[in-house]
Amino acid sequence: MAQNEFSSIFENYPNASRDSLIPLLQDIQEAQGYLSREAVIAVGEHLSLPASKIYGVATFYNQFSFEPQGKYHIQVCRGTACHVRGSLATLDAVERELGIKAGSTSRDGLFSLEVVACIGACGLAPVISINGEFYAGATGDKIKDIIDIYRRKAAQNESE
Amino acid sequence: MINIEVNKRTIEAKEGETILTALKRAGIIVPTLCHMEDFAPTGACRICVVEVEGRPGLIPSCAYPVEPGMKIQTHSPKVVRARKTIIELLLADHPDDCLYCVRNGNCELQTLAEEHGVRERRYSGGRIFKNVDTSSMSIVRDPDKCILCGRCVRVCEETQGVSALDFINRGSQAIVGTAFNEGLNVSSCINCGQCIMVCPTGALREQSHLKSVIDALNDPNKTVVVQHAPSVSVTVAEEFGMKPGQDFCGVMTAALRALGFDFVFDTSFSADLTIMEEGSELVHRLTNGGVLPMMTSCSPGWVKFVEQFYPEFLPNVSSCKSPQQMMGAVIKSFFAEKKELDPKNIFSVSLMPCTAKKFEAQRPEMEDIEGFPDVDAVLTTRELARLIKLYHLDINALEPDAADNPFGQRSSAGKLFGASGGVMEAAIRSAHFLVTGKEMTDIKVKEIRGFDGIKETSVKIGDLTLNVAAVSGLGNAHKILQAIKKGEKDLHFIEVMSCPGGCINGGGQPLGTDIEAVKERMMALYKIDRDESLQCSHLNPEITRIYEEYLKKPLGEKSHHLLHTEYEKRDSIK
Repeated sequence: MAQNEFSSIFENYPNASRDSLIPLLQDIQEAQGYLSREAVIAVGEHLSLPASKIYGVATFYNQFSFEPQGKYHIQVCRGTACHVRGSLATLDAVERELGIKAGSTSRDGLFSLEVVACIGACGLAPVISINGEFYAGATGDKIKDIIDIYRRKAAQNESE
Repeated sequence: MINIEVNKRTIEAKEGETILTALKRAGIIVPTLCHMEDFAPTGACRICVVEVEGRPGLIPSCAYPVEPGMKIQTHSPKVVRARKTIIELLLADHPDDCLYCVRNGNCELQTLAEEHGVRERRYSGGRIFKNVDTSSMSIVRDPDKCILCGRCVRVCEETQGVSALDFINRGSQAIVGTAFNEGLNVSSCINCGQCIMVCPTGALREQSHLKSVIDALNDPNKTVVVQHAPSVSVTVAEEFGMKPGQDFCGVMTAALRALGFDFVFDTSFSADLTIMEEGSELVHRLTNGGVLPMMTSCSPGWVKFVEQFYPEFLPNVSSCKSPQQMMGAVIKSFFAEKKELDPKNIFSVSLMPCTAKKFEAQRPEMEDIEGFPDVDAVLTTRELARLIKLYHLDINALEPDAADNPFGQRSSAGKLFGASGGVMEAAIRSAHFLVTGKEMTDIKVKEIRGFDGIKETSVKIGDLTLNVAAVSGLGNAHKILQAIKKGEKDLHFIEVMSCPGGCINGGGQPLGTDIEAVKERMMALYKIDRDESLQCSHLNPEITRIYEEYLKKPLGEKSHHLLHTEYEKRDSIK
């Protein structure tokens, strides 16, 4: 099944050469939420490039993730304004609450955590974003309540 | 020719060449780290910087072309200070365990630090501790010692066309590693060890078998047998400070006896045996409509290369085991029976110029019916030198000695196996006899000698014209296989050796040698062939004897069990 999914993306890049590598990886990440092992190997075969090269290029850029994202993707802003307002404690609280490190996904697949440089909402510092929804003044002590909102949502969805 | 001024002296330079090349020709040494002869410059390490009048900053001489009238200073205070700082920064996150490092005394980073008078740790960076990768049967990677010069990445990609390694991550997190940063064992690595040959530090080394060999030598219940590959005798002397191209066969044999090996055999004998089998296989394929072109199977890196990248060509690969494995097989069968030894109590060691031989010896295909490996341990030329040094043998005081029978006598054709084209030349000599019943009038096939990566020629054998090619460096193997796929080549027989120039330039050979040294080694093998009278494998009386007494005939039933094997498509991350 996964193979078909790549094929439809590859169709957009006929006679693709190494110039198409990054756009291709972006499209796959867009479609699948991350770059799977199979995706890296398939892109290599499509472009006649070794898997080590694809992996090397993909790990160079922060935009590519090698783990599937959680149902709720949390971005913690570590920009200057947020830093001054205590975003380090925010990040720490999220990591402790979820039991995962930045760049990974919780084992139940519910949450993934990413650190971003600045999400352009300095007036709301410290700020976090969950699936695009912004939480202003998200200091460490508020994190548990925010995350619980999503835990309840998930439980509700499941019971429906 | 243009003139440039270097250190207030005028030197000549060729238009378009780099500053470094011009300096080298004029005998002016500038230190380098990431630079590799005959590779495109990357300018990554910046050790080779020089000062050029009128230019801001310092210029990397490896990547910058000469210009008429250029005024260069190679060792101004500014340049020397910059170089020293670069070295200090490289050392900032280096383990500093030189005393315990395999490259102690033979490390480019250590030498540079010494030359530049680095006496204290001026910078200490936040070190990331990385795991040592011991997953490969041939090669150990220690990323902690890597300085990211990228030489291994380039040799693996450009020379070998394998690309098992690349840069991963970026900035201070950057490392050299495999796809998905996994073990070398699951990567496309073919174990050739060319990465070790170019590594300036101890970040890459061979998987050592020294301990098991020393244990066996000290085990009174073991009969320890050793075989040495054709190219080892012409390179090992370099490990003891002698100039390249000297044949050390007799002294090496004496050293092996002094180390306690019970029997010393010459792999060139089993190279002769390989020729009998492989030559017969070629004739059989030619006369019975078999799959052509036939391809040699002596080089284990090449065999894995075909299994991974070109499984469609596996039927072309000769079914013959390599000389190492043939020797291993006849030691634990014919020799064991002759000496009334239980094969279980034989410990069979091979001395090889090669790291891939370690992998080959551990292949499941290379076990006998009871599950014992044909070869128990493989030492590289470097490990052999370490063993000799450990036992403090004075190689100048050793009287040259001859190898033991029944596998001690060899033809010079078997010795040629150590250089690219040598297997082919030996095979042609014997195939000529097998087909026509007559010896060749001129046995030298000079078209397939020398250092070129792809050598082709046609040889007349009776009514038959045999189109042959000798290829070395697997990047060249890619080229020839692609050409065959497109139907551009009409070849009958192809010899492939993984390393450029053949085993004399193998991944287990002495480090720090240049191409000139490798050519000297090649000439040493040609000299042996020129000077000796037994020049054809089929004329080796010991070969005649093993067929009479044991194997009966080439491609016969015994040979089939002991000396032949088959290979399968291999999945790896490509």
